[in-house]
Amino acid sequence: MTTNTASTSFPEYSTEPVVSVNNVSFAYGDIPVIDSVSIDVQPGAFLGLVGPNGSGKSTLLHLMLGLQNPDTGTIRLFGEPAGEFDAGERIGYVPQNATTAAQRIPVTVRELVTMGRYPQRLVGRFTETDHQAIEDALQAVEITNLADRRVGQLSGGQRQRVFIARALAAGSDLLALDEPTVGVDAESRESFYELLADLNESGLTILLIEHDIGVVTTYASDIACLNRRLYFDGNPEDFVATDALAAAYGTDQHVLSHNH
Amino acid sequence: MVFPVIIVALLQTLVGYFSSVHSHLSGGPWRLFEWLLTDVYGTGMNVLSEVFGVQMLGYPYMQRAYLAAVCIGVIGPLVGTFLVHRELSMLADTLAHTAFAGVAVGLFLNTVLSLSLSPLLTAMIVAIGTALIVELLIDHAEAYSDTSLAIVLTTGFALGSVLITMTDGGIAVGIDAYLFGSLSTVSKENVGLLVVMGLLISGLVTVAYRPLLYVTVDAAAARAARINVRLYKRLMVVLTALVVVSAMQIMGVILVAAMLVVPVATAGFVAQSFKQSILLAILAAEFAVLSGVTLAYVYGIAAGGSIVLSAATLYVITLIMTKADIRWVFRLLPTRSGASTDHTEQGLKVDGGERE
Repeated sequence: MTTNTASTSFPEYSTEPVVSVNNVSFAYGDIPVIDSVSIDVQPGAFLGLVGPNGSGKSTLLHLMLGLQNPDTGTIRLFGEPAGEFDAGERIGYVPQNATTAAQRIPVTVRELVTMGRYPQRLVGRFTETDHQAIEDALQAVEITNLADRRVGQLSGGQRQRVFIARALAAGSDLLALDEPTVGVDAESRESFYELLADLNESGLTILLIEHDIGVVTTYASDIACLNRRLYFDGNPEDFVATDALAAAYGTDQHVLSHNH
Repeated sequence: MVFPVIIVALLQTLVGYFSSVHSHLSGGPWRLFEWLLTDVYGTGMNVLSEVFGVQMLGYPYMQRAYLAAVCIGVIGPLVGTFLVHRELSMLADTLAHTAFAGVAVGLFLNTVLSLSLSPLLTAMIVAIGTALIVELLIDHAEAYSDTSLAIVLTTGFALGSVLITMTDGGIAVGIDAYLFGSLSTVSKENVGLLVVMGLLISGLVTVAYRPLLYVTVDAAAARAARINVRLYKRLMVVLTALVVVSAMQIMGVILVAAMLVVPVATAGFVAQSFKQSILLAILAAEFAVLSGVTLAYVYGIAAGGSIVLSAATLYVITLIMTKADIRWVFRLLPTRSGASTDHTEQGLKVDGGERE
């Protein structure tokens, strides 16, 4: 029941990757950030993107979503060049620190979730379908009772659910999250990742940047380990078995791998 | 791109407006407006004045001042709400000061080249140009900071003051009116401009409300959702320029930004939703302009200043009412029962428990 909205919105299970990154490099000025990265994200995958600070994770995510263009290489999003892809409602994106801005602004939970319908209806009256999608999304992440509260009045965990609901209201096929649980207490984090796992099970493809490697190995179906280059791309079991983490993190690995 | 089209249409409207005013074409729209202003609105106010025995409502220049102020009270917060929540409050001030340079450019060109440009038109052009350049800076160079706004602001004002002194002394007389604003000189043209702007800006914000809100709350997600973020950010700053320039003559260059910021901040304390925050900000602004204009008339003080002081007073009152724990005030007042006014240990404990 909880994932009703998400599952109904998936058109078909094609075998074509949701995101296909092919030999991509990117630099800010002359500082290389991404170097010859190739990776495919299959429909229904839950990809955890890990790597040290400044390893280019957020940049890679931007490139995948078509928010930036690669210097070399190609990126396809739902089979189209990412930069030209224009079905905005198919992409649900929760940027890093998105929730901190929303905290200041007097915007209600319902207003924020409604934004999910904006790509389809930038002007004009909302239809019954729009309203239903919004209600279903609120229901799916169990925040219907908070709908008229200001986003700033919610706890960190609740606030994250609001942003997920926005993507569900849009009927997104791809959910991209950039370190979503920074500043969220441990208990809410766990239930948040359970929610993501449920949504993923219903068919939603998820891209997650996360610094807590324990979370990624527990919930993700695939792991990509990045530090400018791609050090690992495969399933969590293999990731734990290899020394990719140590290679990507350099000497800091003992600190970061303790909690798996 | 829709945007150049909007800009061109906007400029055409403006140029059309200014030229029609200037050549005193008795064109249809202007006739209609004059009729509405003097015969409909003016007569209505005269009736009000007689019914309530309030003399000032009967003076045409006060009638114009009130109408102009009411328009400012709408468009200021309407655009300001998006600006403030995008954390660009300083942009309004910056554009106001560069608009002053625009006024000076107009006056300068008129003197040197014997033209008869409206200083408001040049101010509008300079302010819109600056707005787009600043937006470009924010967008591309990622060079946006308080510092860059401060540099643009002061440079604009410096340019204005230099051009003023380079022009014959004659124009310096009118400069005070631009700097501090003036009620008594509100002309029919001023009011006309504000009414036109009121309609135009309300219309644009209504049509573009959703993308403007999305861009304000979460620009990165809006971009991922393939909303033309750049377009709406530009629209936002151009609207700011329009508001600032059209309200400048009444509020003054130095104070005009307050109308985009102070009522919005006031509303932010109490609003439960974004729509509500716009409505409350407009209400707060209307309170400020109406009380400000009235006080300015009654005490013969500067209108811009009294409007802003009214807005600031409302802000402080709201701040205290919502933020401060004012229960102690009531505890100090004698209660009717007279039973529990003393600060017993038990009473304090109960209170402390509540607060946690």
